[in-house]
Amino acid sequence: MAGTNGYLSGSNLERVLKNGHFAVTAELGPPQNADGNIIRKKIGLLKGCCDAANLTDNQTAIVRMSSIGAGAILVQEGLEPVIQMVCRDRNRLAMQSDLLGAYALGIRNLLCLTGDHQTFGNHPTAKNVFDIDSTQMVQMVTDMRDKRVFQCGEEFKGQEPRFFAGAAESPFAHPVDFRPYRLAKKVKAGASFIQTQLVFDLEAFQKFMEKVRELGVHKQTYILAGVGPLKSPTMAKYMRDNVPGILIPDELIKRMTAAGAPWAGKSKDELTPEDKKARTKAWQAEGIKICIELIQQLRETEGVSGVHIMGIEWEEAVKPIVEGAGLYPRPVVTEPQAA
Amino acid sequence: MIVAEQKSLEEIKKLVGNAKKVLVAGCGTCVTVCFAGGSREAAIVSAELRMSTKLAGDPKEVADVTVQRQCEWEYLDEIAEQVQGVDVVLSLGCGVGVQAIAEHFPNVWVVPGLNTKFMGLPTEQGVWAERCAACGDCILGLTGGICPIARCSKSLLNGPCGGSLDGHCEINAEVPCGWQLIYDRLKSMGKLEVLMEIQAPKNWRTSRDGGPRKIVREDLRLVSEEK
Repeated sequence: MAGTNGYLSGSNLERVLKNGHFAVTAELGPPQNADGNIIRKKIGLLKGCCDAANLTDNQTAIVRMSSIGAGAILVQEGLEPVIQMVCRDRNRLAMQSDLLGAYALGIRNLLCLTGDHQTFGNHPTAKNVFDIDSTQMVQMVTDMRDKRVFQCGEEFKGQEPRFFAGAAESPFAHPVDFRPYRLAKKVKAGASFIQTQLVFDLEAFQKFMEKVRELGVHKQTYILAGVGPLKSPTMAKYMRDNVPGILIPDELIKRMTAAGAPWAGKSKDELTPEDKKARTKAWQAEGIKICIELIQQLRETEGVSGVHIMGIEWEEAVKPIVEGAGLYPRPVVTEPQAA
Repeated sequence: MIVAEQKSLEEIKKLVGNAKKVLVAGCGTCVTVCFAGGSREAAIVSAELRMSTKLAGDPKEVADVTVQRQCEWEYLDEIAEQVQGVDVVLSLGCGVGVQAIAEHFPNVWVVPGLNTKFMGLPTEQGVWAERCAACGDCILGLTGGICPIARCSKSLLNGPCGGSLDGHCEINAEVPCGWQLIYDRLKSMGKLEVLMEIQAPKNWRTSRDGGPRKIVREDLRLVSEEK
């Protein structure tokens, strides 16, 4: 623990959470190409609006720039990364060596995930790995940090990778009754923070949190509730019907539909490009408004330590959301002093 | 049992190629039970091959024979003469059967007529489903007799992923979520606490990942008795 001054990693995210601030993380989706400037442009949209930015790891099993590669750019540009790592693409050897490399590049936060099955993505004929699962990954990473051992049990000398390690939970995926326990299991494995799947249904989320509080897990980890702006009623319905673990109350669908009411009843051909633009703007404004309201209510929920904003290729929305929720500017917690 | 499925006639014809004399070899065990490569199927494939090649102006001499088990030498010995007399043996055995023929008859050209799918069982008439992945270190005692290696698409050991919905897996609504099945069974048996234990990373060395596998039982070996 030398030089960490009581912190596990000393990352900004860890400092913000440990000092009792309501944390904000935001998702940054790396591009499907090798253009680092796309990352830099997205950094410009998120810098100052969040305490750390999550870099997805081949999200939905589609090949994208690696989270570690993109994370290194974030470090250079002064936006703290949370690299995501899935169990689908790497075995325990590759995970550990990549984590040593990621740490050497200045990356300090890690989110351990199972990963979507490859049949979803652009390489459905690929072989998957799933050598270890996300709970086991959390344990492996925290053991590397706290016990200086590789997964095989072998001790190593020199700098250990000190990650602030987290995991995910999907509160409404099935079996729903097991979800709080699964979260507890990941915390027992060593997860310092939890980022949840998108929350739109507060009532259902409150039920989940009630159980989490009953288990006392919220006191052992920082829970960041997942939020995101709806872009259109169609997108909302698509997510509700097709993405496991996403509940969207009818009320929100109605609000999104109402936002587009001035243009309703017109066929595609009747709408001018200006109409379409105006309608998109109206939908987006409503989506952001809903997101802000959700954050405000989540902030009042006992056991919720922050929010994780997933713009899903709409990083522009993050700033107005954070500002609208009264979470701007982000707190500055001074660097931990060397002990 | 081992469950297999017949290859298409097109692919079979390609595999047989320009051979003139063909022996279709069925197997009387697993692939008979799953209606893929028993004596009935061997006779049908053999007739199809005979007719289609005749129609194509390249008539082949096709015979068929079925042994009790292609995966044991002693049964293969019964067809030693027949296999020696042909240009190609089209095996309707599983992958083990095809290899047993290749290994037992080094000078015989053998090709597969089936795709070996999995180890499983018939869940209803005409439907077979996978049950075991032969990981070599059975953990069914921890999961209420339902295997997460074979029945969870991600072989997870510590519970379901976030893709479980209404009892099915994220990959396909036709695929039951293995962990939902495990959860329901443990719940009904009052044993849910088993799931709270963190399962350590699996030792995959006993699985295919450790290389080709072999079991030696010294107590059963004839060689050791002779010495």
